[in-house]
Amino acid sequence: MIKAILIFNNHGKPRLSKFYEHYTEDTEQQIIRETFHLVSKRDENVCNFLEGGMLIGGSDYKLIYRHYATLYFVFCVDSSESELGILDLIQVFVETLDKCFENVCELDLIFHVDKVHNILAEMVMGGMVLETNMNEIITQVDAQNKMEKSETRQPETIS
Amino acid sequence: MALKIVKGSIDRMFDKNLQDLVRGIRNHKEDEAKYISTCIDEIKQELKQDNIAVKANAVCKLTYLQMLGYDVSWAAFNIVEVMSSSKFTYKRIGYLAASQCFHESTDVIMLTTNQIRKDLSSPNQYDTGVALTGLSCFVTPDLARDLANDIMTLVSHGDCVKRKRCSVLIMYKVFLKYPESLRPAFPRLKEKLEDPDPGVQSAAVNVICELARRNPKNYLSLAPLFFKLMTSSTNNWVLIKIIKLFGALTPLEPRLGKKLIEPLTNLIHSTSAMSLLYECVNTVIAGQYCSSVGSVVLCVQKLRILIEDSDQNLKYLGLLAMSKILKTHPKSVQSHKDLILQCLDDKDESIRLRALDLLYGMVSKKNLMEIVKKLMLHVDKAEGTTYRDELLTKIIDICSQSNYQYITNFEWSVSQPVTPHPPGISVSWWTIRVFAVAQMATLLDNAHLLTGSMQRNGICEVLYAAAWICGEFSEHLENPLQTLEAMLRPKVATLPGHIQAVYVQNAAKLFATVLKSQEGNTDSTTAQETSQLMIDRLPLFVQSANLEVQERASCILQLVKYIQKLQQKDVEVAEEVIALFAGELNPVAPKAQKKVPVPEGLDLDAWINEPPSESESEDEQPKAIFAKEEPKHSRPRHTEVDEKELARRREARKQEQANNPFYIKASPSSQKVYQDAPGVEHIPVVQIDLSVPLKVPGLPMSDQYVKLEEERRQKERAEKKKKEKKKRKEKRSGRGKKHDSGPESEEDITPAHMVDIVTEEMPEVRCVSLQIQFSTSRIFNELSPSSFWVFNEKKSSKHKKKKQKKEKEEKEKKKKKKKHHHHHHHSDGGGEESVQNGTVEEEEPLPVSVYDIQGNLQDGSQVVVSVIFENKCDSFLKSMEFNVLDSLNSKLQRPEGSGPHDGLTVPFQLPPGVSNEARFVFTVQSIVMPQKLKGTLTFIVKDSSTHEKLDFKLHFTCTSYLITTPCYSDAFAKLLESGDLKGSSVRLEGVNMPFHHLLARICFHHHFSVVERIDSCASMYSRSIQGHHVCLLVKTSGQTVSIDAKCDEPTLLGNVLDEIKQTFSQC
Repeated sequence: MIKAILIFNNHGKPRLSKFYEHYTEDTEQQIIRETFHLVSKRDENVCNFLEGGMLIGGSDYKLIYRHYATLYFVFCVDSSESELGILDLIQVFVETLDKCFENVCELDLIFHVDKVHNILAEMVMGGMVLETNMNEIITQVDAQNKMEKSETRQPETIS
Repeated sequence: MALKIVKGSIDRMFDKNLQDLVRGIRNHKEDEAKYISTCIDEIKQELKQDNIAVKANAVCKLTYLQMLGYDVSWAAFNIVEVMSSSKFTYKRIGYLAASQCFHESTDVIMLTTNQIRKDLSSPNQYDTGVALTGLSCFVTPDLARDLANDIMTLVSHGDCVKRKRCSVLIMYKVFLKYPESLRPAFPRLKEKLEDPDPGVQSAAVNVICELARRNPKNYLSLAPLFFKLMTSSTNNWVLIKIIKLFGALTPLEPRLGKKLIEPLTNLIHSTSAMSLLYECVNTVIAGQYCSSVGSVVLCVQKLRILIEDSDQNLKYLGLLAMSKILKTHPKSVQSHKDLILQCLDDKDESIRLRALDLLYGMVSKKNLMEIVKKLMLHVDKAEGTTYRDELLTKIIDICSQSNYQYITNFEWSVSQPVTPHPPGISVSWWTIRVFAVAQMATLLDNAHLLTGSMQRNGICEVLYAAAWICGEFSEHLENPLQTLEAMLRPKVATLPGHIQAVYVQNAAKLFATVLKSQEGNTDSTTAQETSQLMIDRLPLFVQSANLEVQERASCILQLVKYIQKLQQKDVEVAEEVIALFAGELNPVAPKAQKKVPVPEGLDLDAWINEPPSESESEDEQPKAIFAKEEPKHSRPRHTEVDEKELARRREARKQEQANNPFYIKASPSSQKVYQDAPGVEHIPVVQIDLSVPLKVPGLPMSDQYVKLEEERRQKERAEKKKKEKKKRKEKRSGRGKKHDSGPESEEDITPAHMVDIVTEEMPEVRCVSLQIQFSTSRIFNELSPSSFWVFNEKKSSKHKKKKQKKEKEEKEKKKKKKKHHHHHHHSDGGGEESVQNGTVEEEEPLPVSVYDIQGNLQDGSQVVVSVIFENKCDSFLKSMEFNVLDSLNSKLQRPEGSGPHDGLTVPFQLPPGVSNEARFVFTVQSIVMPQKLKGTLTFIVKDSSTHEKLDFKLHFTCTSYLITTPCYSDAFAKLLESGDLKGSSVRLEGVNMPFHHLLARICFHHHFSVVERIDSCASMYSRSIQGHHVCLLVKTSGQTVSIDAKCDEPTLLGNVLDEIKQTFSQC
């Protein structure tokens, strides 16, 4: 199971947080801070796995992260997930973002966090991996966007 | 109205959208909190408007603020409003917000049930999609209970693959929150494992793997199915999950491990995906205790490739897996020591830590020194404190492993500055004491060089040990005076208090030794100088803030002053002073204290003096200190008395030592005795595997020693080789056997191997007992959200047994789907068909096989009962015949031409441990009464060729004819008002469960749905297959539950109520 998916930048500012278990807002922020602290002090070219922090998980949990330019993508997963598989998944996620936003950069994530959530929802559901094929994900996202567009064109329905 | 809309859209133009909000926050870096609070005020205004677009926009912004850590739970109701918008755009925003901030204690969540149900059955697949996604995040037990059936409908009849996939995944969440749904849903889930769509299949695998992780035992019976999937699937994600699952299962079932080796090895050889390779290796390791050495070697080889890879991730994983192998096959890992030591130099800390873990298991007598030397180098280099701490702990762990069993060279070990517990070692092994003392003296001498850096990281603890050793074994010191001086250096006062105390105490011991050696000389001035030195230096410690240091120092100071007086009178005092510290310290077993009986009347926990009350003011404290000091001063005065007194005290001291449990004395020897008569035999040391006595005291590492060690090792090696040869022979023969059974096992999965496990003394084959769980399902109508899965708890004493088996049975239910389709043809669109359930009571005392019945009821008159036969004995079962004694109301449908009492042949045979399913059709006429049908199952046990018979009962309860049908409160009210229904009521006493559990129970076991619930009162509804309405009003107060019921068929109602009563009498 995936327990949480976090995206934050090099300064620890959250760009997306998705928890598949309930925490209070304060704890969530603490987890983000702690994770940032753990991840940010690591060099480049070291392995992408990290034994979990105190707040989230415990011994069974691992942080699996990738660092792209200004952003960290961190997945907190338990031992039922394949470490390398999750790394691939992060890659798929980022590539999908890249396709959907056309050359994604941090600003896209900042201003369109809702869209990022929608894309993520096509990949991971309730902490379980739903789809790993990028084309499939993009098809779904596009179809939904199209639907959204057609709705905005319609006149307001009178209630 | 139109004006309002126009106004709404104009307003909206001026509203901030999410982008504006983000931009605003970025522009207000200095007063972000203030800016956001104004934004929240705006949002509150927006939420008050009627325009849903404005609301959705506001909710969207709230979602963003939630991510920044703001509590937005106050807007929960508005989120629900947005969720229920008919437009997908807004709906999605609403569900996203809900998934981010709803949780179990959000109270408005109960308002969402119907909305979600509507969305789940929406013709628009994306509505369903967002609903499922949202639900997966905030599902509560109540939602799970109410929506389980809707989700099940999607699972089996969703035409859209994607929806199906989602709903399979969400089932896991539903099971988590509402475990009772697992049992009826399981066959459906199992069926999905073989779904034609790989996505659905992988979702099902995912869910079952998660379930199995929680309780692997219950999923063992799925192993054959997974085995098939593993050999056929090409999807790496699915393969990884399955292989992980097997990793959890193999420890429970060794045969599985054997079976897996071959396909796993094939995968290891063939796959190019590292992730898959890694998981294969992991699973082989998990089952390694039963796997051949060959496969372990293969794994280690593959891991080596991973570790050698330049990719740090692979390296890390390789080391991680290696450490698992280490536990069972340390030898195979040890051969890669070079590689692991190399990893210690890696720049990546995670990798170094992993490598350190491995080192622990790789240490042997042979390489300990080498490894520790290497580690010490790292300690010097290490920058980060965590890593250095880890290193030091590891060194200590490594060295002290199993009571120092690997430390063959204690001299070496003592010379390491961080060696664990030198006092322990030096007390235990007198042989190295001399050496240790010398080492420690040097250490003390150089302490001033170390103290600066040492104090920080706690290495100064070693000084504590050093001081103690030097004092206690001072007679071994070459130059005690020098050491004494070193111990009394002013710098010592900077050390922690407890270390100073030891210093002072041991300085006194040293002083005694020095006096002793000096008094032999004619010149008494040196002795007097030593005393003077003590008198000069000790006052420093008398002023110490640490009480213990203070006390000891002043005590000793007085003593030395007295001695000095005596010295001036030319009295020989050395003997007496030494006598103060006479007596040898011997090692004591850690548990020795426990063996000493506590004398009668001694209460160790009682205060000797009442502890000072806490109310004592602080300025009183200095007084207390002085008061305490007084007796100290009086003590040395006692020594002034005379020599007799001294002798008396000496005697008393010896006496005390004799009684002291810490002084286990073989003989009342004084230190002189052991100096020239080494009493090795007397030392009750923890046994240590020393093949060579350490001969040369004081000289570090003699060549001789190393040589002897070499010889011994060679001998061992020779022996090992012999053994290995033997082993290899055995292995070869073993492999031969395996090959024989190999091809056979490829064909059918479970049984083949089990054959060789059959125990000779099988119990007289009372092989079969019945455990039938009976549930029925209606024909599913895709869009009508209602329940179709039900079953009944078994009653009476067998209840417990059944529970244990529950899980097992669940696995047995499968292949339903095809059946349903089949029924579709038969049914003439009768719509809501009924559910029927019942139990089969077991009559056999020894359950060796489990039968599982599920019924399909349709047409209101036909019931399909599917029975799962599981052979739980170790023999082959064949020629099974199923027969039921017909009643007037219910008849087993038999093929044309057969008599009314003929049994039906079960169309398969059962190898041991295998289960299979058969279906039987019954015709039922009246549903108002419960029924029990008696039946028998006959079969032949192949091994013993006996004909066995098993009796069972099929129990068709009335509730099983009910079908969960949702009903809205207005319709419900109308129904009650119509006056067609006849009432009845029942009271349940002593029901000790929360109300919602109670409702859940009724819903679940008796196929009702909750119409409305107000506090401790709820209305419920259900419908029978023949269209009878059943309405309940459940009220609770304390432990009493009253149920008022109405139904158009009083007999049916009476029976249903009886059954409900029974359900609760069981708990």
